[in-house]
Amino acid sequence: MDYSQFSAMIPELIVLGIFILVFLYDTFAGSGARKADGILTTVLFGLGTVAIFFAGTVPQECFGGMYVSNSITLALKSILNIGVFIVLIQSLKWTDSDDMTLRRGEFYELLLATLFGMYLMISARHFLLFVIGLETASLPLAALIAFNKKHYESTEAAAKYIMTAVFSSAVLMMGLSFVYGLSGGSLYYNDVAAAVAGGEMSGMLIVALTFVLAGIGFKLSLVPFHLWTADVYQGAPTSVTSYLSVISKGSAAFAFFVIFVQAFGAAYPEAWEWMLYGIIIITITVGNLFAIRQKNMKRFMAFSSVSQAGYIMLGVIAANSIGMASMLFYILVYIFSNLGAFGVIQAIENQSGKLSMGDYRGLHKSNPWLAFAMTLAMFSLAGIPPFAGFFSKILIFTSVTASNSMALYMLVLIALINTIISLYYYLLVVKAMWISPEEPVVPQFRSALSERVGLWICVAGIVFIGLLSPIYQLLTDASVADAAQLFAWLG
Amino acid sequence: MDITLPILILAIPISMFLILGIGGVKMSRKTAGVLGILGMGTTLTLAYTVAFTYFFSGDPAFIVDGVRQQLQVFDVTWLAFTDTLVVHLGFLLDPISAMMLVVITTISFMVHLYSWGYMEHEPGFQRYYSFLSLFSFSMLGLVVATNIFQMYIFWELVGVSSYLLIGFFYKLPSAVSASKKAFIVTRFADLGFLIGILLLSFYTDTFNFMELTHNPEGVLASTGGATFMGASVLTWALVLIYVGGMGKSAMMPLHIWLPDAMEGPTPVSALIHAATMVVAGVYLVARMFPVYLMEETALLFITCVGAITAFYAAVVACCQIDIKRILAFSTISQIAFMMVALGVTRPGLHDGMGYMSSMFHLFTHAMFKALLFLGAGALIHAVHSNNYTEMGGLRKYMPITHWTFLIGCLAIAGIWPFAGFFSKDEMLTAMFANNWIWGAWMTMVAGLTAFYMFRMYFMVFWWEENPHYKEHKPHDAPWQMSVPLIFLAAVSCVSGFIPFGELVTWNRLPYHIHIDPQVATTSLIIAAFGIGLAAWLFMKRNHKPAAMKNAMPGLWKAANRRFYWDEFYMFVTHKIIFNIFCRSIAWFDRHVIDATMDGFAKVTQKTSVAVKGMQSGSIQAYVVWYFLGAVAVAAITWICLL
Repeated sequence: MDYSQFSAMIPELIVLGIFILVFLYDTFAGSGARKADGILTTVLFGLGTVAIFFAGTVPQECFGGMYVSNSITLALKSILNIGVFIVLIQSLKWTDSDDMTLRRGEFYELLLATLFGMYLMISARHFLLFVIGLETASLPLAALIAFNKKHYESTEAAAKYIMTAVFSSAVLMMGLSFVYGLSGGSLYYNDVAAAVAGGEMSGMLIVALTFVLAGIGFKLSLVPFHLWTADVYQGAPTSVTSYLSVISKGSAAFAFFVIFVQAFGAAYPEAWEWMLYGIIIITITVGNLFAIRQKNMKRFMAFSSVSQAGYIMLGVIAANSIGMASMLFYILVYIFSNLGAFGVIQAIENQSGKLSMGDYRGLHKSNPWLAFAMTLAMFSLAGIPPFAGFFSKILIFTSVTASNSMALYMLVLIALINTIISLYYYLLVVKAMWISPEEPVVPQFRSALSERVGLWICVAGIVFIGLLSPIYQLLTDASVADAAQLFAWLG
Repeated sequence: MDITLPILILAIPISMFLILGIGGVKMSRKTAGVLGILGMGTTLTLAYTVAFTYFFSGDPAFIVDGVRQQLQVFDVTWLAFTDTLVVHLGFLLDPISAMMLVVITTISFMVHLYSWGYMEHEPGFQRYYSFLSLFSFSMLGLVVATNIFQMYIFWELVGVSSYLLIGFFYKLPSAVSASKKAFIVTRFADLGFLIGILLLSFYTDTFNFMELTHNPEGVLASTGGATFMGASVLTWALVLIYVGGMGKSAMMPLHIWLPDAMEGPTPVSALIHAATMVVAGVYLVARMFPVYLMEETALLFITCVGAITAFYAAVVACCQIDIKRILAFSTISQIAFMMVALGVTRPGLHDGMGYMSSMFHLFTHAMFKALLFLGAGALIHAVHSNNYTEMGGLRKYMPITHWTFLIGCLAIAGIWPFAGFFSKDEMLTAMFANNWIWGAWMTMVAGLTAFYMFRMYFMVFWWEENPHYKEHKPHDAPWQMSVPLIFLAAVSCVSGFIPFGELVTWNRLPYHIHIDPQVATTSLIIAAFGIGLAAWLFMKRNHKPAAMKNAMPGLWKAANRRFYWDEFYMFVTHKIIFNIFCRSIAWFDRHVIDATMDGFAKVTQKTSVAVKGMQSGSIQAYVVWYFLGAVAVAAITWICLL
């Protein structure tokens, strides 16, 4: 075996290195020094993020083509790194509390372990490696969700998560076994692509497609595979919820794109375009319909994220390199907007334990900056110009309409109508904070430095990312460079 | 050219805006003022360096065989919507943009300095300086735009900063309504601008000025002879783009906002509403001039609008009492002068001298009109009123203001050797060359200009002393205000001798200015007559003006009320638009659109309640939904396909 192939795995190795360092420090440091776990991880991870981005990559396939490294995977890994970095900053205050003393290190270790799994999902070009990545990412998440051991909801959420995850894994495995049969005994994406392109449309292929869709759809919380989302988001510690809502979703969306376009690309016009078409419509709509009725902020964000996942999937249904670029851009913007919202939720929860939308009434009187950050996040999620969310929506819509198909135009229209519905519930939060005449429920307080830093990063992202087009240009270049590989099945 | 300086020219004002805008609350007035002035001073130095390098270095990048080059110092892609719809942001350096860099930074710096004295006791001093920086940034971005879309973006930005500054005294209802009026009227005109841009770029597939102007025949050909309502599409596009310019440059009938804009602080009027922003329309036409040359109809439209506006504004200026209003109408009239000069330009007539003279007048006018406004500011500062009825005999009390103001008046009246004489003479020559009607008409306007300016001058500085001076003795302004006055007065004395034709011409080839003795003598005589008439009527207190007014009360009142344009707009908006159109639209909005939306909302809410059972909280149910969902997807696909 050629060990030099590991040099292509720089991002994985760096994350693994940080994981080991944090693990060793947490194990051998004294109980006083252990307090620095959070800062240490954050700083190391920040350096790692920069290192991974600037180490760059030479496009190559390793381990017999199971693992690829190219500019688009690097781009997504860097995007996720930014998100994880913000999550780490935002979690500092929470992990600082007393009842976390013993478990502080575990939180960071588990988080890094899931990230490692996600990296594998992104770079995998073989279903086996993909499944290993998926499970590496899933199992520690269950432990993270149950992290507030003393809270009944946290445990319940973890139970629900692990049960559904196991079930969805089983369905995915079943789908993959069909794929295995279909391709004549290979699980490489390219071999599957060749088999799909050469073969007829068959019942076996449809079942395989559906089950793979369901398996990954679980991670993305696409309707109807989303039912765990609300309970888990609500029960999990807020840091974990924000991690679940952006990072986990971002990596799964990319894997979804690669699998469906690279491996099942030939079945696009006949089969999965229409499956996804229906799923996107019900995902966006059902997410919106449920979000309207939520009173708990975390549950509200859960359904908002279901609906946002539908928008992310628009990049997949575009199935072209612009779709890939705009999907990545959407994920980037979504990271800043969602983490901005969760940052505020977390700051208020840490201070007062309040989580219901009614508690946000009159927030601008007591905590104007928090209300301001939340407002920007809501505007960006709703896609109001000139905030980043507007640009990400417009770009992803453009990518869908690029193929000039009437049906896809209709899809964009439906998505647009749903944007109006989403505007309603996002503005409910804004209204509660700024317009409700009642006296503020949450008293005036000064949030921790880490919380403020995290929020400032998010606010800067929301304001500037849309206006800085070089980022989008960079992503387009990266995805165009990768297109040859993705569309290899076209011949 | 190295891109550092051009980037800094734009970066310094915008960072100053952010620094003063965000940090201003925590700064003292002095810090904010000094920061603003230093920032603008640096920008001024850099802009001068760029302009002088461009004009005088002789570098082959800037001048080849006597032809001054147009170059894009940088031009980056900002938004790429599709392959053809791409918006760039850049920095275009050519004679007119280099000239505008000098004009904007000079006036802006003078205003920054002047405001330190003028606004000293006003609340919101820091906010004022941050808005000034925002305006300077927007205006600089506008003139260096490499493409029409960038220009449009900055065009709106200057509109916003103008709005913010007119409404600076936001506690005065008149200032608030003036700022709204300015914004709405110019924004309305910009609608035409936008449609024009879209039309033009639809046919030419480009926003870029260099591509448009270097090959105007190609632009014409690309429209493929398409016509709309009897005129070619290109004419429509150019006229609509010009409508945007009419709004910003206050041409009739979109001039109504400019006199009201005088509610803003006086230095702001000097900067925005006299020297820089209001000439944006002239600049726009000059920028696209080779394309306009393709369509004589559009040029004729520009000429006619300009000629009518120039005369109208001059007549109204004769019957105003508020000195800032007089200056405002004089600005409208002078900008119209520049527009006419552009409109009559043809390559065959004196090598396109009209273009050169128009730009020359833009330059000199910016200097002496800013001087006059700043002088008016000093007067208002001294007597606390805008009306000349509260002034009179001030020459003894405010010598510096008096002498500088007199220089400004002589310059605008076109008396040799002051700046206005040279530029106005060139413009009149160009007009006579096109058609003697334009020449004669505009010479008459020039005579009126001399008359109303000296009417104001005599009423303010001679006539009769106001008895209130005994209680409150007026005096010259502090040094921060006097220095800009003296500087601009000096510029107004000498800038006529700048060999402008060597620097700025329509085809960027040098043009040797020579004074046409016939035109020069005529215009001098007319100007002298205007001044003489004004002196005869207004130098000493007498009954002649009152007698004249009483002889034609209707005309005087009509001119004083600006020929009822505002009333006309009020009638149209309130009686016709609000009453007839808006009511029916409001009904439609309430009973059809709102009702539909309410219906949607009800349906959404109902559905939301109906599906909530899905989220039961029971994990068994979740898994069943999950599995049934997957099976349903497979089944539906199967049924549809096989």
